[in-house]
Amino acid sequence: MDTNLALILVLTPLLGFLVNVFFGKSLGKTVSGAIGTIAVAISFVVSLLLFNQITSTGKGIQVTLFDWIQISNLKINLGFLLDQLSVLWLLFVTGIGSLIHLYSISYMHDDENMHKFFAYLNLFVFFMITLVIGSNLLVLFIGWEGVGLCSYLLIGFWHKNQDYNDAAKKAFIMNRIGDLGLLIGMFIIGSMFSTLDYATLKTAIAGATNLNLPLLSLAALCLFIGACGKSAQIPLYTWLPDAMAGPTPVSALIHAATMVTAGIFMVTRLNFVFDLATDVQTVIAVIGAITSLVAATIGLVQNDIKKVLAYSTVSQLGLMFLALGFGAYEVAVFHVITHAFFKACLFLGSGSVIHGLHGEQDMRNMGGLRKAMPITFWTMLISSLAISGVPFFSGFFSKDEILLTAFHHSIPLYVVGSVASIMTAFYMFRLMFLTFFKEFRGTEEQKHHLHESGSLITIPLIILAILATFGGLISLPGSSWLNGYLAPLFTKVAGEEHHLGATEYTLMGVAVLGGLLGILIAYVKYFKQDNVPESDENITGLSRLLYDKYYVDEIYDAVFVKPINVLSKFFRDHVETVLSAAVFGLGKIASEIAFQGKKLQTGSIGLYLFVFVLGLCAIVSYIFLAQ
Amino acid sequence: MNVSTILIILLIGAFATYFSGDKLASKVALLFSLAALGCSIVLLNNYNAGENISVINSWINQPKISFALNGDGLGLAMVLLTAALTPIIIFSSFGNEYKNAKGFYALILFMAFAMVGTFLAADGLLYYIFWELALIPIYFIALIWGNGDAEERRKAVVKFFIYTLAGSLFMLTAFIYLYQKAGSFLIEDLYKVNLSACEQFWIFLAFFLAYAIKIPIIPFHTWQANVYQKAPTVGTMLLSGIMLKMGLYSVLRWQLPIAPLAAKEYMTIFIALGIAGVIYGSIVALRQKDLKKLLAYSSLAHVGLIAAGSYTLTLDGLRGSVMQMIAHGFVVVGLFFAAEVIFRRYETREIGEMGGIRTQSPKFTSMFLILVLASVALPSTFNFVGEFTVLYSLSQINIWFAILGGTTIILGAYYMLRMFQHVMLGETNSKTFADVTLNEGVSFAVIIAVLLFFGFYPKPITDLITPSLETILQVINKN
Repeated sequence: MDTNLALILVLTPLLGFLVNVFFGKSLGKTVSGAIGTIAVAISFVVSLLLFNQITSTGKGIQVTLFDWIQISNLKINLGFLLDQLSVLWLLFVTGIGSLIHLYSISYMHDDENMHKFFAYLNLFVFFMITLVIGSNLLVLFIGWEGVGLCSYLLIGFWHKNQDYNDAAKKAFIMNRIGDLGLLIGMFIIGSMFSTLDYATLKTAIAGATNLNLPLLSLAALCLFIGACGKSAQIPLYTWLPDAMAGPTPVSALIHAATMVTAGIFMVTRLNFVFDLATDVQTVIAVIGAITSLVAATIGLVQNDIKKVLAYSTVSQLGLMFLALGFGAYEVAVFHVITHAFFKACLFLGSGSVIHGLHGEQDMRNMGGLRKAMPITFWTMLISSLAISGVPFFSGFFSKDEILLTAFHHSIPLYVVGSVASIMTAFYMFRLMFLTFFKEFRGTEEQKHHLHESGSLITIPLIILAILATFGGLISLPGSSWLNGYLAPLFTKVAGEEHHLGATEYTLMGVAVLGGLLGILIAYVKYFKQDNVPESDENITGLSRLLYDKYYVDEIYDAVFVKPINVLSKFFRDHVETVLSAAVFGLGKIASEIAFQGKKLQTGSIGLYLFVFVLGLCAIVSYIFLAQ
Repeated sequence: MNVSTILIILLIGAFATYFSGDKLASKVALLFSLAALGCSIVLLNNYNAGENISVINSWINQPKISFALNGDGLGLAMVLLTAALTPIIIFSSFGNEYKNAKGFYALILFMAFAMVGTFLAADGLLYYIFWELALIPIYFIALIWGNGDAEERRKAVVKFFIYTLAGSLFMLTAFIYLYQKAGSFLIEDLYKVNLSACEQFWIFLAFFLAYAIKIPIIPFHTWQANVYQKAPTVGTMLLSGIMLKMGLYSVLRWQLPIAPLAAKEYMTIFIALGIAGVIYGSIVALRQKDLKKLLAYSSLAHVGLIAAGSYTLTLDGLRGSVMQMIAHGFVVVGLFFAAEVIFRRYETREIGEMGGIRTQSPKFTSMFLILVLASVALPSTFNFVGEFTVLYSLSQINIWFAILGGTTIILGAYYMLRMFQHVMLGETNSKTFADVTLNEGVSFAVIIAVLLFFGFYPKPITDLITPSLETILQVINKN
């Protein structure tokens, strides 16, 4: 029964993929979209069933299908682990996934390759489910690289544009840098404990005496490098903003709500490893904090609506890692979920705007859309309030938990996180004011066609906005359902429940004020004073540095990409030629010896006799001397 | 039935093909290659049922040379690889017209015959004969039916011929020396010979020269790219899909067990050489302008990793490298076929002259992409199973080997995706590109099916090769 459920869960999206690949074109756009959506919806229903089962029994389900890879001391099977963590992830992956599939039926309807889009989306859901429910690290790795592949396919969906293809390639390669880290981490863990299976590993670590802690820390560090790739943390974050080349539903599903949270999932899954690697935890917290700040500063000045959201995603992911670094896994998971709600809503909303403006993404050419697109406006406003941490929206609770945790462990990191949060509130409302308020700044043509999107687009927006509002209820301060639900996963007593004292209320107040301050600045600058960001060539000074993203792409290009290409040409043009000449050289030496030898064959008997006698003398004297 | 049946089928097939005339040659060749595949599957069944399928007949008394063929799991795996790829290779050529087709197809079967013989031979001299025999057909295939300027081609092919032949002579010398010691060429006698460390060193080195050129391991690879480029694609497939595995296989079968002390003493150096090949090959592949040359260098990178796995002298390393040999065999044949499919339509191999193919041919694009992904060892392809196992074995020797060898997953993705982007994506080229024909599609589909099936379920292959590899390791560790 459990096996069947698990198989239905994972195989339905795969089936949807196959149907759309082979028959999608002939089925027509609406049918192919419907098949894709239903496939994911079925997985969502199964996830609900599993969730129900797990909350009632409190026990995880382990499903083993068959032996997969055999290594002398490691037996790796293809199996699934459905427990509190994986089912929670399943719920929002398939739930939000269904909504985004539904949205895409309308959004992608004008694209001639719509069936392919749904095929790739279904394939993505298949790999994402595999990633989440794998019972060992290597099954996770199938999903891990599989979602990377789908990300590649979907970023480059409009494959005639080589810039998009570059972005897709960059995403894949940067992820693979992280993947090497993940592999090495697996190798170390495999050789230490002879298993990659989560459950076995947990028991092995719990029962181990004389653990080689430095080695374990190295493993944890390598695994974290993997997480950096997938979840876009410094130094491997630059692919995510470029990934916005893909169609907007993809940005919402893959590059905001689900795939990029895989790193957080993996660290949470292996909490018993990371708990022992305290140095690595510090690294994680610091990297998370710095990433959240750096990305937020870049987000301050971007003018492309999707770029703002992309940097905001990087920044929010940074906050999640900040929590992970302090071992506050349930806090990070909480923020993953609320972030999935409001960020998916924001991306889909931006998609609705872009759709309404026929592809325009530059906020300088927007404005005043509030009246024409009321549903898009209100849902995005709610989500912006949520991400800015305005009280009682979902983001308020989750972000507050993170900052509170940080405060208890490290004041500097708390400050960094808080500053990033203030910036978030600012740039989100900068986005809102520029997009929806004042007068429309686009062309007359566009103005004429302004309209609210259809119901397939607005319904998902409304549902997500409701979730973004009330999502915080799952983990209210003081009485958290989520913490209790996740408790069986963690070795430590689940989360140090911050009992609400004066400090906590003060911090909460400071955070709220900070958020409101950010909103206020945006209000003054972009509503009161009616500023519109300068055109590209007039951006100077610090803004220029931020606008050009600290030139990190250029630096990577100069330090890694260019040299390797130069080296490649050097090898191709010079080293290969020299090596080849060396082989021919050996041949030449042989023929040269033969040529010189030939000269001795002069035919002169005198010379032969002379050499003969010389040789004889040599032999005789050798025998003589040897005795 | 024993393993000699398959040799007989291939040899008769070669003659039958030649005498069937130009019109029928390709079909007759396909028929016989399929018969050989069927035969090898039957043999596999018999072997799994515990039947003895080996052969030993005395052949020449003085010196004592036997006609000995050893049908163990390792040998059978390689025979199956050859027997499965040969019909695919022949079938893939159905879209082309060849002058003197009867000679062409007869040579293909003859080459398959020699390669199967190499994989089965259990007598040093017999093995050596098959080994050299395999060189002759490919020499003519590349020389006569190759492409590009005839004079340049002749130079490249002759260089290849002499170079590999010269390397093999060192091996022959080693065999003669071993015969002096053992009084026999039989492999089990050679395994038993007691050699001093010094003797082992020289024998190891002699074998190494032969294999390093054949595989090829850097810096002995300079013949490869040119020959791959200039040979007809069928020849390139035979070379890269099967023939270079002769070298890799021989490392396991002959070099390591005969000179185990030297292997243990110097393994670090040889692992390092293999890994250097991974990095060097990947970097050179990046900026190649010719599609076939790019694939040649990617092959150099992959076999470097396989060789490194073999020299770990661990069960995982050996097992991973054999699986990777098989996986690489299939994927590289598929990739060269993709290059051929493009050539049939564009008449060029210059990557710079391609682009935008995806828009015009969705089926071809999907198949090519799957092969590219298999080549970069995406999990769920067989290549991942092999690569993961090899890298794991390297990590057990020294974590740096795994890290440096593991750069293949980054660099491989770089050069393959870069190539794919320039060849397939972007604006539609002015030239038209018809999607794959049914024949072409079948060849791709078979290869892809194999790679995906064993990607999820490699157990049959693991079970087949593990006992033989354990035996080899026992010989290596006997002292």
